[in-house]
Amino acid sequence: MADKPIAHQPPRVADKRILTGVHFMNGDEAIAEGAIAAGCTFFAAYPITPQSEIAERMARRLPQVGGVFIQMEDELGAMAAVIGAAWGGVKAMTATSGPGFSLMMENIGLAIMTETPCVVVDVQRGAPSTGLPTLVGQGDMMQARWGSHGHYEIVALSPASPQEAFDLTVKAFALAERFRAPVLIMTDEVVGHMYERVEIPGEVPMAPRRKPEAPPGEFPPYQPEEDLVPPMACAGDGYRIHVTGLTHDERGYPAMDPEAHDKLVRRLCEKITRFRDEFTWWEESMTEDAEVLVVSYGISARVALGGVELARERGIKAGLFRLITIWPFPDEILRRLAERVGGIVVVEINLGQIYREVERASGGRIPMRGVFHAGGRIHTPEEVLAGIEEVLRCRS
Amino acid sequence: MPIVKPKPKPAPEVLPGVRHPLEKYLRTERLPHIWCSGCGLGIALSSFLYALEELEIDPDSVAVVSGIGCAGRFAGYVRLDSYHTTHGRAIPFATGLKLAKPDLNVVVFSGDGDLFAIGGNHFIHAARRNVDITVLCVNNFNYGMTGGQVGPTTPIEGRTTTTPYGNFEHPFNLVYLAASAGATYVARWTTLHARRLKESIKEALQHPGFNFIEIISPCPTNFGRRNRLGDALDEMRYYAEKAMIRHGVDPAEAEVVPGKEFIVGKFLEVRKPTYYELYRRKVEELFGRDA
Repeated sequence: MADKPIAHQPPRVADKRILTGVHFMNGDEAIAEGAIAAGCTFFAAYPITPQSEIAERMARRLPQVGGVFIQMEDELGAMAAVIGAAWGGVKAMTATSGPGFSLMMENIGLAIMTETPCVVVDVQRGAPSTGLPTLVGQGDMMQARWGSHGHYEIVALSPASPQEAFDLTVKAFALAERFRAPVLIMTDEVVGHMYERVEIPGEVPMAPRRKPEAPPGEFPPYQPEEDLVPPMACAGDGYRIHVTGLTHDERGYPAMDPEAHDKLVRRLCEKITRFRDEFTWWEESMTEDAEVLVVSYGISARVALGGVELARERGIKAGLFRLITIWPFPDEILRRLAERVGGIVVVEINLGQIYREVERASGGRIPMRGVFHAGGRIHTPEEVLAGIEEVLRCRS
Repeated sequence: MPIVKPKPKPAPEVLPGVRHPLEKYLRTERLPHIWCSGCGLGIALSSFLYALEELEIDPDSVAVVSGIGCAGRFAGYVRLDSYHTTHGRAIPFATGLKLAKPDLNVVVFSGDGDLFAIGGNHFIHAARRNVDITVLCVNNFNYGMTGGQVGPTTPIEGRTTTTPYGNFEHPFNLVYLAASAGATYVARWTTLHARRLKESIKEALQHPGFNFIEIISPCPTNFGRRNRLGDALDEMRYYAEKAMIRHGVDPAEAEVVPGKEFIVGKFLEVRKPTYYELYRRKVEELFGRDA
């Protein structure tokens, strides 16, 4: 019995790409399964709480599906390896939490500039610094938006359940290929560690990489198509292209002039913002007749829904707007909703990051209250109710 | 939108109708390069390209990854799949590229500051894992691109813009570091030893595992000028006088100290399983099939 140590037993999970069926899984595991189902075959990361379950799942599963897992020496290396792998022609992902996310910012800039499709997961915890490593936070929302250097647009999605973590990871891979850009999954410790029912469908689409049709020698690697995205020639495809983080022209060659820079950076932004309707996702509950709109995302949105229900029990017409796509921020949708309501409450586990965006989108014309916490725990529905009542008071 | 086709500009003909044999490997439309006259990077570049030529390697199977700095511009001049990445991150980028496409011959070409200061952690871990890549490090003893600051190989008392009173940090012995971290092929040459360097690059390109070649190079604009080493030719004369060709020397004994003789040659060539070979072995062991 005891002659074989457990560590040497081969993994028992079936070696299928898509684990079709109903599972009891936490959000971290669901992200890993979503990635593999979407065709991810390369994962590089560095251990950090509360992300480790993603890495551990990937370490177990990727060798089963012909993929490669590598634990890098740090998050700088993890992000660089992911970009390198993407240029090797595969779908690649990394996952981290706040401190590691900061280290990844350098190469997220490289991925943006070189138009490299990849997925980056941030399982947020209490911060700044080492903060509360095992406890929840949502304080990296602005880091996701502005953390790398220079001006850029980024796609960031925020799941509120393990099921949604799976679904959004699949979508993140599709968006990464669609826009040739890094796509962020901004989840949190509670969604990451929460076990729930996750249903994995029979088929999961694998987004194709947009390859050049022109033959080598006649292919300017950074000449965009109609939708502002250029096709991608990977290493070994025979195109022998140059890829650089320097400002470059359509040939991919360094172009050290302000006009080339302005043109490039504007295109990198516009290729995402012009098509934002393709991926601006949200969920509304009880907003039809709402007088107070509660805006939230991730785990906080689930608590906020409890607060909205408490308000309804007390005869207050409250409704919930749950952001799924965080960046680019759905300005127009919130502006229209804000015209219909008398007050807005923003619930988040930071001291008002998305609050600023809601205030900006709504034009600052109606009373607003933030239900904030710096991190370490989720809110209670009662705290959300108190916020709703407070905003109503300042209205009257 | 009109398609802008790249128009390769041929390099000047040396004699009517005569082309340089390496032209096919170069992005000639990008020449002249940005390197200073007397810099050793051109010799390092041509040694590498001659190595490719003599080995008859399919250029589509070679990828070059560079970091940032003078040597970082190497990737921009080779007509190969070439990646100019972020400062210090060429090795982890190359690791991802190699693991995603194991048939590629991945070459990292960068400088001493990029690979051993900001990228030092990546270097030792890639060497430890025995990732199957070849790392060519042009060591000019300072940060040339940013104006000549002190670097991890600047010798004691070396004058740089950030050691105006002379350097008082201990430098790395790169070949000792590489060998201790687990590199399986370790050599050092100077840009004077162009032919031997080329042969060494050929060996490294054919050797599975983490291969490291240090290429000592003049930097007449910065390090050479501030340390009164004369022009590039004087530095070459210095190499001719002080570089002792020895093979199989203990890299621990191979420090480079100004004014003293130093060892060039092949320090190490051993075969051990690469990261990818071990990965494949593990997958076969577990699932009884090929990765």
